Amino acid sequence: MKTSSFTAIALCTALLVAGTTSALVTNDYFFSASYTVLQFVVLATAWNILGGFTGYVNFGSAAFFALGAYSSIVLDKLFEAPITLSILSGTAVAALVGLGMGYLTLRLRGVFFAIATLAFAEVLFTFVVNWDYVGGARGAYVVLQGRPPLGFRSFVQFLFAIMALMAAGAVAIARFVQTSTLGLGLAAIRDDEVAAECSGVPTLRLKLVSTTVSGGLMGMAGAMFPYFLSYVEPHGVFSLSYAVNSIAMPLIGGMYDWAGPVIGALLLGGLQQALQVNVSADWNLFLVGALLVVFVTVAPHGIMGWTLRRNRRAGPT
Amino acid sequence: MDRRHPSVAAALALAVSFSAIAQEPLKIGFSMSLTGPLGGNGRAALLAMQMWAEDVNTKGGLLGRPIRLVYYDDQTNPANVPGLYTKLLDIDKVDLIVSSYGTNVIAPAIPIAMQRKMAFMTLFGTNPNAKFKYDRYFQIMPNGPDPAVGLTKGFFEVAMTMDPKPKTVALVGADAEYPHAALEGARTNVKAAGLQVLYDKTYPMSTTDFTPIVRAIQATNPDLVFVASYPPDSAGIVRAANEVALKTRQFGGAMIGVQYATLKTQLGPLLNGVVAWEVYAPEPTIKFPGVEEFLARYQPLAAAQQLDPLGFFLPPYAYAMMQIVGEAVQRVGKIDQAKIAEDIHSHEFTTVVGNVRFAKNGEWAEGRPLYVQYRGIRGNGLEEWKKPGHEVVLWPARWKSGDLLHPYDQHRK
Amino acid sequence: MSGPLFANALVSGLLLAGFYAAVSVGISIAFGMLDVVNIAHPAFIILGSYAASIANASMGADPIVTAVALSPAFFALGLLLYRFYHATFERRGREPLRGLAFFFGILFVTAVALILAFGVDYRSVTARYIGTTWRLGTVDLPLRLFVPFVVSVAMTLSLQVFLSRTFFGRAVLAVGQDQLALQLMGVDPVRIKQIAFGISIATAGVAGALLVIIQPVQPSLGREYIGLVFAIPVLGGMGSIAGTLAGAAILGVATSFTATFFGPSWAPAVSFGILLFALAFRPSGLFGR
Repeated sequence: MKTSSFTAIALCTALLVAGTTSALVTNDYFFSASYTVLQFVVLATAWNILGGFTGYVNFGSAAFFALGAYSSIVLDKLFEAPITLSILSGTAVAALVGLGMGYLTLRLRGVFFAIATLAFAEVLFTFVVNWDYVGGARGAYVVLQGRPPLGFRSFVQFLFAIMALMAAGAVAIARFVQTSTLGLGLAAIRDDEVAAECSGVPTLRLKLVSTTVSGGLMGMAGAMFPYFLSYVEPHGVFSLSYAVNSIAMPLIGGMYDWAGPVIGALLLGGLQQALQVNVSADWNLFLVGALLVVFVTVAPHGIMGWTLRRNRRAGPT
Repeated sequence: MDRRHPSVAAALALAVSFSAIAQEPLKIGFSMSLTGPLGGNGRAALLAMQMWAEDVNTKGGLLGRPIRLVYYDDQTNPANVPGLYTKLLDIDKVDLIVSSYGTNVIAPAIPIAMQRKMAFMTLFGTNPNAKFKYDRYFQIMPNGPDPAVGLTKGFFEVAMTMDPKPKTVALVGADAEYPHAALEGARTNVKAAGLQVLYDKTYPMSTTDFTPIVRAIQATNPDLVFVASYPPDSAGIVRAANEVALKTRQFGGAMIGVQYATLKTQLGPLLNGVVAWEVYAPEPTIKFPGVEEFLARYQPLAAAQQLDPLGFFLPPYAYAMMQIVGEAVQRVGKIDQAKIAEDIHSHEFTTVVGNVRFAKNGEWAEGRPLYVQYRGIRGNGLEEWKKPGHEVVLWPARWKSGDLLHPYDQHRK
Repeated sequence: MSGPLFANALVSGLLLAGFYAAVSVGISIAFGMLDVVNIAHPAFIILGSYAASIANASMGADPIVTAVALSPAFFALGLLLYRFYHATFERRGREPLRGLAFFFGILFVTAVALILAFGVDYRSVTARYIGTTWRLGTVDLPLRLFVPFVVSVAMTLSLQVFLSRTFFGRAVLAVGQDQLALQLMGVDPVRIKQIAFGISIATAGVAGALLVIIQPVQPSLGREYIGLVFAIPVLGGMGSIAGTLAGAAILGVATSFTATFFGPSWAPAVSFGILLFALAFRPSGLFGR
């Protein structure tokens, strides 16, 4: 299927889902919980572009998420910017930083790259904590005024609709990256970077594209966060759970295909939401951890790996 | 290991009281920090709230209906709060809501409360309502109408009773929401008292060793040292102060953690001389009606659940907040959020933490955090702390039970 | 800048560095020599803290004595864990990411197990030396930090001796460099790696006892140490004990100086900034191969 058709279908599906649920579902819990799950679809998909497609493990997902969130806060404090502008700026800022980080970590491979991203997240966290304009450790408030736009019954329905569109967009971009020559080049880098370079793949340029797109999409998700929560403070937005989830979800769903992170996010994200309100919190964390252990032990290539292996008897995995 | 489950016992007691009142339960919903760094506090508060529900149910319930607490663990993670409160309101259809513990998890719930026009009683946040200005928000932390200033005022008013008056101060706190808020309030008080600030820095929550920080403070030779901190750093700073032999006239502040049994017993005599913020002290001047009886019931239950066995911090206030909500609902006669909020605004309540009256912004009309000085602690046991004379109340004047002993470095024994 | 303040900041930094070395030497072995990304290492540190704290509360046992007494248990735990890890992940091909996710899972499961067993409140220990401070001239040596420093240095140096002087030790170093050659010499590399990983977890147990001497501990504290335990071996050079000590010293002193002279808020930025800087110029670390 051509990219343009896929994108159109994805976006239309998102609009349809948002529209029908907003009309039919009367409780806000559905939208709050689904917002979070869709947010993880975006984060997992974004992470996977750099992690699964290119083979570079990013431990600093929270940093890009936070960049998006804090750029929204800055704009809100400056002139109470509309949400669309915040989203654009959050994406742009995170993409730029992704580009910068990609450039600075050129020579690092494997887990060294991962450690560098972790260090980068810590440095950024310290800067944000000390930046009084955005509230520093005290946090910042974003108060949504007035009626929800476009006739939605509540703000969270509106935010859910936007997040649905973001998820569709992120997935379309990931599919585009995967099926284009860019994707082939990234896969070559993932499999053997030195061999790829020797074959003439422009590894530097492709890696920079990968970090930029990945970072930008994470920032896009983060830009919405202050509107969803109304209160943002550094410890929450830099939480380790963003890094863990954005790695675990593609792992569980399958890292070599755009659909893997989506499956993993829907599954793990949905499970976390369900457990939170049904099982005591201790068991919630325990189950997530146990699930992770079981999955990576039993399903090496994630859920996609299972289904692919069933469909393709012969051939490489 | 013998692990009784008093929460099961409490549930059974509630179930028994249900069968006695065969009516539809009155559901009160909230999220609570049951895990995460502040989990100990959250669980202690939950126990107090369960005790209240049980007490009310044995007397026939609220509005003739049995109370059922519906709660979820927010893991001290703000991102979980919107989902949990929308579940409580839209799916569980709770009649009333109260908050979780701490600004970080209170603030995200306020817009939801506002949207549904719910009366919202909150548990220990330092002015999360400042930006929202919600008129149905209430706060049980006894800081007063200007929370950060009210919380920290006592320390400086006590300091200014010294003769000669102190001139300089060092401010230090953790890089987190509560300490930053407290320090901001402290700065206002410092300015009002005309003190000169020689040191004003914060440290990251991940700090392991506080000796360099305390030494840097000592190097400036301040008359006063004011600290705003969370439990691990409260312990670390007090230890470091003793190891470095901090020389200053008054040391202490609004440190969370020193109210708990774990830190009191762990630090023991290291706390002597420290001037600290408390919300309850077992002094003869503090005779809130019912508080001693409440603590006598709370302490064994808490010990069995491996919670803070003293209960001098959140528990009485969590119990009081429910008392206020219950009394207002009873008086209004039905679940009408507007009337309940109006009732809470317009009445004075008698609770286990004394008489409570609210200001227009939902904070206490008259703040009365206690500033005490720890004295005469000899060992690392818990029993000493339960007796009067070890947490001498210096401020406010109404409950004063002793005078400040200064300078700090000479009263460390 | 006064002399005593400078001297004390330096000494504080070195004492802290000792502790840092203890928590990260295990990763230097597991990750540096065996290529196992054991992100659950802090969980075992916390486990050690709890073991020490419980023994201390119930029997009055000194935490370090507890740690040493329990180190065979931690060693055995490491053996078992590695056997499972090897069978499940290493044998099926080099995919460190799956091992990483596995250890993440272990990290959570351990934290929750501790919460279920012991609750969420902070725990600590009491010992005669906690609270005493030795004074050498203008320099303070709080024993609460000095004793862990001594234990940590002893542990690290003994590891270095073990690795360079004994047969097993040199086999561990060799297995990181050339497994095939080792096999050709008649040594089972898997067994060697198992022993090395066991040692790695044993050091975590000891480090945990040192941690709970220094500060109160609660189950989710492990997460705060993930960055540090990896940053130090990476900074100092993978697979090098001396490198770990150097990395720990650099970060410990940097933290202490930043806290004393500039503002403690900036300490993490300085520490991790140093790491990033080092990685930019020497990706294999200061003493790395």
